Amino acid sequence: MSVKTIAGVAVNVSEDGYLEDMNQWNEEIAKEIASEIGIELTPKHFEVLNYLREKTKAKESLTIRGVGKSGIVDIKELYKLFPKGPLKFSSKIAGIPKPTSCI
Amino acid sequence: MKNLLILGAGTAGTMMANHLRHKLYKDKWNITIVDQYKTHYYQPGFLFLPFDTYTEKQVKKVGKKFIPKDVNYIQKKIEQIYPEENKVQLEDETLYYDILIVATGSKIAPEETEGLIGPLWKKDIFDFYTFEGSLALRNKLREWEGGKLVVHITEMPIKCPVAPLEFAFLADSYFREKGMRDKVEISYVTPLTGAFTKPTCSTALSYLLKEKGIHMESDFAIEHVDNDKKEIVDYEDRRIPFDLLVTIPTNMGDAVIEKSGLGDDLNFIPTDHNTLQSLAHENIFVIGDATNVPASKAGSVAHFEAETLTDNILLYIDGYPLKKEFDGHANCFIETGNKKALLIDFNYVTEPVHGTFPFSKIGPLKLLKESVFNHWGKLAFRWIYWNMLLKGIAIPFVSRNMSFKGKVFDIKPEK
Repeated sequence: MSVKTIAGVAVNVSEDGYLEDMNQWNEEIAKEIASEIGIELTPKHFEVLNYLREKTKAKESLTIRGVGKSGIVDIKELYKLFPKGPLKFSSKIAGIPKPTSCI
Repeated sequence: MKNLLILGAGTAGTMMANHLRHKLYKDKWNITIVDQYKTHYYQPGFLFLPFDTYTEKQVKKVGKKFIPKDVNYIQKKIEQIYPEENKVQLEDETLYYDILIVATGSKIAPEETEGLIGPLWKKDIFDFYTFEGSLALRNKLREWEGGKLVVHITEMPIKCPVAPLEFAFLADSYFREKGMRDKVEISYVTPLTGAFTKPTCSTALSYLLKEKGIHMESDFAIEHVDNDKKEIVDYEDRRIPFDLLVTIPTNMGDAVIEKSGLGDDLNFIPTDHNTLQSLAHENIFVIGDATNVPASKAGSVAHFEAETLTDNILLYIDGYPLKKEFDGHANCFIETGNKKALLIDFNYVTEPVHGTFPFSKIGPLKLLKESVFNHWGKLAFRWIYWNMLLKGIAIPFVSRNMSFKGKVFDIKPEK
């Protein structure tokens, strides 16, 4: 764990740059993480990000399939919003932990 | 008389029947367990069956042997749970309960992926998460002459999340022993960021893939199987060709959970992570793969959960607050091939680390390091499963909560 300044705010991040505390997140932080990945955020992106944050707060697991069923985007659209690894990048931008397996 | 009803006589349900029959007064509580299937499978054996390490007989027994005599064992199909009326409808019988334990597990749902159940299913595409799939794969491997072997995970969560990786490692050994490793390309395809997603594991274990010549494809979310071209295709039209596809289809909770309106979008039941009480109904408890708790879907987890849940059922009956005790503890052997294995011990918040297990400094098992002893441990576990685990006998020196004794936090993240 280390401290990184993103959009002028000092936040705790994991080795791969995921926020350790989702409460330190704000929209400016999201925009800066997104631009590092090469994504410019639109209102549609934020709808997905807010959905992921709500699910995480409710301690529900995140799946690509779940996002596809959310009524916000289908999976193809999710890929267009967050190319090359939608859950990996969307969760990083949403300030929530990286989806992991047991090892 | 009051009624405690258990749905599902797999690993978790059978353990609960054994635990509770010893603890509940027989003149006060009837215990009933329902499962339509007669056979109890040793599911970890499905990993070994394809490589002819285990025989069919070693992985299946008659389930009834493991249900205590004073428990009413009903072999019928469960139609629906009516939580508001405290009743469960079976195919031709209605059961009422005071306390319900749902242990209906998880199963593969290959029909969720387009093209998976097509012309190549069970010809060049196999699963090993069912007895039938694992057996069919064994027969295929016995005569397979080589080509592109793709080991593939559809999406998380899956039962025993390391099994696909173990399969790839064991396949490497299997083909080496057969003298045909040079004829087989092995690829490991995952929707996650890599084979190892936890920093301690990726630091300690990444050498394994290189050592075994296993090619990695990460961030691959399958959209469909192209049966004509023999390729799996993701949502960005990335294509991975295969001659033999060993896939882990989507895992879902039982259809009865969906029908009863108790599950999430994968039919897993929202459950308190620490007490194992269902979030929606206070007299419904959930254990094993049927829950949505973010622990591994594995027998060791069900075993640790069973100890906490037994205590909580007793507390609930007497009107006391439940123990917020379960910590997501999992303890798993991971086969790495060449008759070696790793052992990992972790929980909701602590990643697998180095150390010795179960005794500090003595071991004899080593955590997160390959050893022959760990492999023997995994093979010995089959005996422990049939003779101790299912009967609810505690495994000596292994506690329900993760212990920090003997753990060494020496793995530094890579810069």
